[in-house]
Amino acid sequence: MSEQVTNILLVGVGGQGILLASEILSETFMLAGYDVKKSEIHGMSQRGGSVVSHVRFGQEVFSPIVPEGEGDILFGFELMETYRYLPLLKKGGAVVVNDLQIAPSSVLMGKESYPEGLAEKIRLQFPDFLLVDGQGIAREAGNPRAANTALLGAVSRRLEIPESCWMQAFEKMVPAKALDVNKKAFYLGRELKN
Amino acid sequence: MKEILSGNEAIARGAYEAGVKVASAYPGTPSTEILENIIRYKEINASWAPNEKVSLEVAMGASFTGARALVAMKHVGVNVAADPLFTLSYTGVKGGLVLVTADDPEMHSSQNEQDNRNYAKFAKMPMLEPGDSRECKEFTRIAFELSEQYDSPVLLRTTTRISHSKSIVELAEPVTGLPVPALVKNAAKQVMLPSNARVRHPLVEERIKNLAAAANTMAINRMELRDPAVGIITSGVCYNYVREVFPEFSTLKLGMVYPLPIDLIRQFAATVDRLFVVEELDPFFEEQIKAQGIAVSGKEFLPLCGELTPERIRTAFATAGIVPGNQPALDENQLQSVPLPGRPPNMCPGCPHRGVFYTLNRLKAYVTGDIGCYTLGFLPPLSAMETCVCMGASIGNASGVVKVVSEEERKKVVAVIGDSTFCHSGVTGLMDMVYNNAPATVIILDNRITAMTGRQDNPASGHTLMDDPTNRLDLPQLCKALGVRHVRVINPFDLDETRSVLEEEMNRPEPSVIITDKPCILVKRAGVFQRGPLYAVNAENCTGCRACLRLGCPAIQWRPNEGAKGISYIDPALCTGCDVCRQLCKFNAIGRAK
Repeated sequence: MSEQVTNILLVGVGGQGILLASEILSETFMLAGYDVKKSEIHGMSQRGGSVVSHVRFGQEVFSPIVPEGEGDILFGFELMETYRYLPLLKKGGAVVVNDLQIAPSSVLMGKESYPEGLAEKIRLQFPDFLLVDGQGIAREAGNPRAANTALLGAVSRRLEIPESCWMQAFEKMVPAKALDVNKKAFYLGRELKN
Repeated sequence: MKEILSGNEAIARGAYEAGVKVASAYPGTPSTEILENIIRYKEINASWAPNEKVSLEVAMGASFTGARALVAMKHVGVNVAADPLFTLSYTGVKGGLVLVTADDPEMHSSQNEQDNRNYAKFAKMPMLEPGDSRECKEFTRIAFELSEQYDSPVLLRTTTRISHSKSIVELAEPVTGLPVPALVKNAAKQVMLPSNARVRHPLVEERIKNLAAAANTMAINRMELRDPAVGIITSGVCYNYVREVFPEFSTLKLGMVYPLPIDLIRQFAATVDRLFVVEELDPFFEEQIKAQGIAVSGKEFLPLCGELTPERIRTAFATAGIVPGNQPALDENQLQSVPLPGRPPNMCPGCPHRGVFYTLNRLKAYVTGDIGCYTLGFLPPLSAMETCVCMGASIGNASGVVKVVSEEERKKVVAVIGDSTFCHSGVTGLMDMVYNNAPATVIILDNRITAMTGRQDNPASGHTLMDDPTNRLDLPQLCKALGVRHVRVINPFDLDETRSVLEEEMNRPEPSVIITDKPCILVKRAGVFQRGPLYAVNAENCTGCRACLRLGCPAIQWRPNEGAKGISYIDPALCTGCDVCRQLCKFNAIGRAK
């Protein structure tokens, strides 16, 4: 078991299911025998605002938030939010991001435009970069709502956690009728390579 | 058994394990989930109160019978509950009484960042501050024991980072053998007439002195000696930040943040070469420690505003010359080379508030606002709010404005308040407005729920915290009973009706109330919110006039590269069929999706 604390940041837009994904991650790490802390802000930020959830695990975890520049994995649910939180990552950190753009209100209103070429710009700074077609994989698994699980699968490849812990966490936290689809989406995501 | 719990979930669990019988609260970020989780334990009578003052009074009643009682509120809620709180300090308790104050340094979801540790000193009662979820549960139990042992209410202070962070907690069984609550007559202790209160005050002073002495040996005040070069006195989440960035330094972790263990602090100060306090917001420890003649540094390096973070602490100690300066982890020239649009929160698609604020904007109203989702009516493109101070302030603010401005300007003044906020502390404001004949207009946005904090029931929603059906407060009748002669109930999705009623009432030279009658789209109870038919933009009719974009609806998107000069598009995944945008389109370009 590693002595080091591993730092994961989940970022995206309020309403995308980031909190549930971070709960599944935390549960999995606890089942694998680690100390776990996670932190995020609820309230005002949920109304379509920018959301960041910090998940940390290791032998002993003190701070519930990831110190700036020490993130190991940036797990993005949306491209622009992923770019926004890059300063939290360490040099050489990994980025796993859903290939999805959600326009903020200023873009919806035509006052600003959604920045272009973000994926390429992230890849230039962080070569360990994986752009995931979350929706596409979820459709292949049988339910477009399983996109987050596909992304979790892609993140799971970067963590040395026994597969059984992931499955146990899913069984505890995903409703029984959605379990098969989510497991399938997870494995499809887990097979993805950079 | 181990579980991963948030601070709030752990406090709820702690209340259960401590044998709490009554829990009462008004929702407020970051405290809300305490009561939402306490309902898992059927042994506890849990309820939403109309406001924090009432919740504390309910808990006091339960405590006077010998039952353990818990109240929870956000930091500013304690201001509302302060009146009973200060005298509760004098009466003391019978069953343990714990008040959870959930502070919000950094104002993630608040209008100020007051440091409620000051309340402990001001009201002369002990305060505990846990540093993670395990301590949230443990300190809740200890708080009840201290409360009964010292005949005092106990404050349990969390901050947003504690309330909303999760960590591993070992669960235990609830205590047994607590006394059965019953009527106990003890008037001299509980009737705070001057003659009785004068007897109680010296006991309060003695109590806090006894607690201060006991603090020196309490296990929750923990000295951890490592490198003696630097010693840090800290508490709560800051302890964990300090351990994160300076694992080698010595620490004195205060579990009880008031009264302070002065002998223990003196001993710690004598052990280390250089003494620091790391605390968020006010120099609460620092000033008390300095008053004892102990040399200590704190706020000369650490910020008074905002929450602390590992990097802010590291920076402060670099400024103090204790550690070398930070090395940026990444090349800053590369980062943020792309200017990103911000992503502020927004009202939901189909929100019944949107059309009201659109109309207020068009009428150039001077809106005194209040606390809730509708405060987002301040943001562009709706931009229709001039004040927002505290719960219920909108109505009093409007009364004050109309007392002094010209007759023409008076017609522009509109107070906007939600159903839950009106119940919380708007009723007395409206009573004053009628009593003193302040001719302003009040809009009660009745969406049948306390929406901003995440869909909690309230006296006007017709259901309790336990989801039992109950009386639904009749808002129009209440307003009439207060003496408002013109009470209008409108459909806020009908823009013509909204505008004409608003104009009529704003022009009326007396107080009037308009109640909007459409539910929040997030209400899950069957039959309350009903989705309408999907709408779509007919690209051939859309002239690109952008009128619909003035609503700021997340479902409506501007597509600059389509049509002659761009067209609007409605996202079918987000549209709730509220019909408001259709009414704005002069070119019949918006209609039901085919």
